[in-house]
Amino acid sequence: MSVESTRKSPDSEGASSVGAPDVHVKTAGESAPPAATVASASRNPLNSLMAGSAGRNLGLVIALVLLCIVGVATAGDRFASVDNIMTILRLAAVIGVVSIGMTFVISGGGIDLSVGAIVALASVWATTLATQTMAADFHWILMVFTALAVGAGCGLVNGTLIAYGRIAPFIATLAMLAAARGLAEIIAQRRTQIVTNRDFIDFFQASVLGVPVLVIIFAIVAIIGWVLLNRTTFGRRTLAVGGNAEAARLAGIKVQRQTMYLYILLGLACGLAAVMLMARTTTGTSTHGGLYELDAIAAVVIGGTLLSGGRGTIVGTVFGVLIFTTLTNVFTLNNLGISTQAVAKGIIIIAAVLLQQRVAVRRGSP
Amino acid sequence: MAGNDASTLLGMADIVKRFPGVVALGGVDLDVRPGEVHCLLGQNGAGKSTLIKVLAGVHRPDEGVITWEGEEVHFAHPQAAMDMGIATIYQELDLVEGLTVAENIYLGHEMSRFGFSQRRAATKSAAALLKRLGHPEISPSAEVGTLSAAGQQIVSMARALSHHAKLIIMDEPSAVLDAGEVERLFHVIRDLTDEGVAIIYISHRLEEIRTVGDRVTVLKDGKTVATGLPAKETPTTEVIRLMTGRSIEYVFPSRGTVPDAEPLLRVDGLSRRGEFHDVSFTVRPGEVLGLAGLVGAGRSEIIETVYGARKNDAGTVEVAGKKLRPGSVQAAVAAGVGLAPEERKSQALLLGDSVATNISMASLTRFSRSGIIDRQAERTAAIDQVESLDVRPTGVDREMRTLSGGNQQKVVLARWLLRGCRVLLLDEPTRGVDVGARSEIYALVRKLADDGVAVVVVSSEIEEVLGLSDRVLVIGEGSVLHEAPADQLDEHQVLDIIMRGDAA
Ligand SMILES: Nc1ncnc2c1ncn2[C@@H]1O[C@H](COP(=O)(O)OP(=O)(O)OP(=O)(O)O)[C@@H](O)[C@H]1O
Ligand SMILES: [Mg+2]
Repeated sequence: MSVESTRKSPDSEGASSVGAPDVHVKTAGESAPPAATVASASRNPLNSLMAGSAGRNLGLVIALVLLCIVGVATAGDRFASVDNIMTILRLAAVIGVVSIGMTFVISGGGIDLSVGAIVALASVWATTLATQTMAADFHWILMVFTALAVGAGCGLVNGTLIAYGRIAPFIATLAMLAAARGLAEIIAQRRTQIVTNRDFIDFFQASVLGVPVLVIIFAIVAIIGWVLLNRTTFGRRTLAVGGNAEAARLAGIKVQRQTMYLYILLGLACGLAAVMLMARTTTGTSTHGGLYELDAIAAVVIGGTLLSGGRGTIVGTVFGVLIFTTLTNVFTLNNLGISTQAVAKGIIIIAAVLLQQRVAVRRGSP
Repeated sequence: MAGNDASTLLGMADIVKRFPGVVALGGVDLDVRPGEVHCLLGQNGAGKSTLIKVLAGVHRPDEGVITWEGEEVHFAHPQAAMDMGIATIYQELDLVEGLTVAENIYLGHEMSRFGFSQRRAATKSAAALLKRLGHPEISPSAEVGTLSAAGQQIVSMARALSHHAKLIIMDEPSAVLDAGEVERLFHVIRDLTDEGVAIIYISHRLEEIRTVGDRVTVLKDGKTVATGLPAKETPTTEVIRLMTGRSIEYVFPSRGTVPDAEPLLRVDGLSRRGEFHDVSFTVRPGEVLGLAGLVGAGRSEIIETVYGARKNDAGTVEVAGKKLRPGSVQAAVAAGVGLAPEERKSQALLLGDSVATNISMASLTRFSRSGIIDRQAERTAAIDQVESLDVRPTGVDREMRTLSGGNQQKVVLARWLLRGCRVLLLDEPTRGVDVGARSEIYALVRKLADDGVAVVVVSSEIEEVLGLSDRVLVIGEGSVLHEAPADQLDEHQVLDIIMRGDAA
């Protein structure tokens, strides 16, 4: 009587399985060590590296390096100069700040389509004659506060509608997109407002040890964003709300309030981005921030943040932004048009997402 | 009874399945005959669900041979297994909530003619299947998301039946069913086996195995330790010894005397339209109050309302003499109330996050200083909990979704143990938990009570409510039918009260 016999030859006496069961009991000594022991032993360092955040970001690093190689090959010194690199970083800084805010909203299970419009509105509001006159009398910091307040205000409206009004984020922010840009046009009367405050421009266009202030701001925002998302209760709650809102609620997390904070945070980031854009272009206009929503969402998603919420990576987002900006730069240096760039962007988004899925499969989560 | 044809329907030999970092199956043998109920037993994480997923074509085995009606087969995807005649009811329900009952039942094998779905025919045969399962009240056109957990389980079962399978796999089907529904399930199973359909049946309730099973295979740490045991004759102690490698007394801890103190939790006249009305009870520190009743009696609704997850229409909840703000979970948590909800997957867990994150979720402020989390302290605390509850595998950095069902349940308990509650509300705390861990959880609940916690336990296993509680409320159709000390009631009386209550 053994298991083997059952498997190889159908045994007819076992027909009544209860009556004549074929039993084979292995002795206790044969039993395997618990799964957990096997687990730690077979986990080799390469595997755990690939499974960790380093692995996820490796693909992004490779993509960026490849782009740089293409840049050097096609544009040579025009690409690989310190000046050009600073240009890339300066361009990346503005959309980068927005994308970091966007990382929070998306990790928290939301989406914001109105970021470009908020940037436009904030830039216009902060450069009206009235604001600039007051700033001239007092200090240029007033313009900064105005932009931040406008951004936070829009975020508050978005957040309130979504968290307490229970309007789908897609719809609420779509409405904000239309309304904010419309309001910007009304305020500016569709004219481009010039920033007259020299001190404001001098401050933000300056460099510290060769690094533009805009880039420094981006770096600071990225670091704060990283700490906030990965090391604080705020970040943890964000991921919990994005991962499973009902579970978060039953664990005593204030889901609605957290959601509202996320949109306010993104609004603030948009206000800051508006300030940076005003400094870079010395203007405020209702056309600022066009298609920022798409660029920011794309950067966040190729960075590895889950569009469905629950997982977010600031480092990934920073890479995502750098990849897109470098791409634009390389194409511009080679005199390729906007349309070609758009096609390339589309391909990169798909490639990145496919790559991510491969990594996810290797990590064993279906 | 087992079919006359003794030839093996399904054979699995030396199946090995590895996940990154874990050997989930390390050589499993299984043979199933037509018309038999083959029970699969094993502790949480033993590999039962993984084995059936291999069989259902969800996972591909790394090694081993599967034979089906004598021929070697490879299932590249779930559809291949279904085409062969294997239908599976998974442990974690896999229904599409936004679709109707009928659409879910025929998902993937829609009734259609010339590419047009035949909705009327589908609705009709769905209704017939539901009737066969003893649930004619479930409408085929109802949205699945609106059904209770038990209702969804029935739909899953109807789906498996709709495949006209030769082998139906049931992974802990009884976990969300009450006694009556389990009885009906057994009827259906007997009908099926009479027609020659084989069943693989997984459950942690040994008495069910005894009632419905023919033969038993026991898994331990991903290996077959015994196969072909007669389900009805093998002594329970022997089965438990095989599963756990030790002998465990499957008993309830003895009750102490509840100290004569002011009630810690006082619920007065609590009502919610359409769910329950005028529910009042008190729980003293050190006391375990059990809520007995059938699935759908409103017990979960009651404790979720006590917790503030639902807002009451009338009545009050007081903790230590202070009224809680109605409908506010934060108020309840701040007052020291914790809830381990009924449906861990949708209501409690962050499946994509680590075990540690899930455990610390309700205690974040404890591990943070001005908002920054001390991750070392967090991890240490999580490891403590994992050790004391014997969660396996032990790594707190594992992704939650890779834990077996019973171990996920322990993590939910760990969350509230870590938080340290004065009032603990447990909704089906042992659902899907194996025999060994079950007695550990019983002991734990008792110890918490002895430490002065007021505990409320909801369970569909009447034996469990009676064994674990000091006092029992019998709930039927949303109201309290009876209240008595647990030792003055037995299972029959409780069922009797429920029946009479329903009739009245
Ligand atoms: N996708 C996965 N990735 C990594 N490990 C996994 C995965 N699925 C299961 N495991 C591991 O495989 C082992 C067996 O798990 P399985 O779910 O089969 O247990 P089980 O016997 O069904 O337990 P339970 O009674 O608790 O449902 C466990 O150690 C589990 O953590
Ligand atoms: Mg299982």
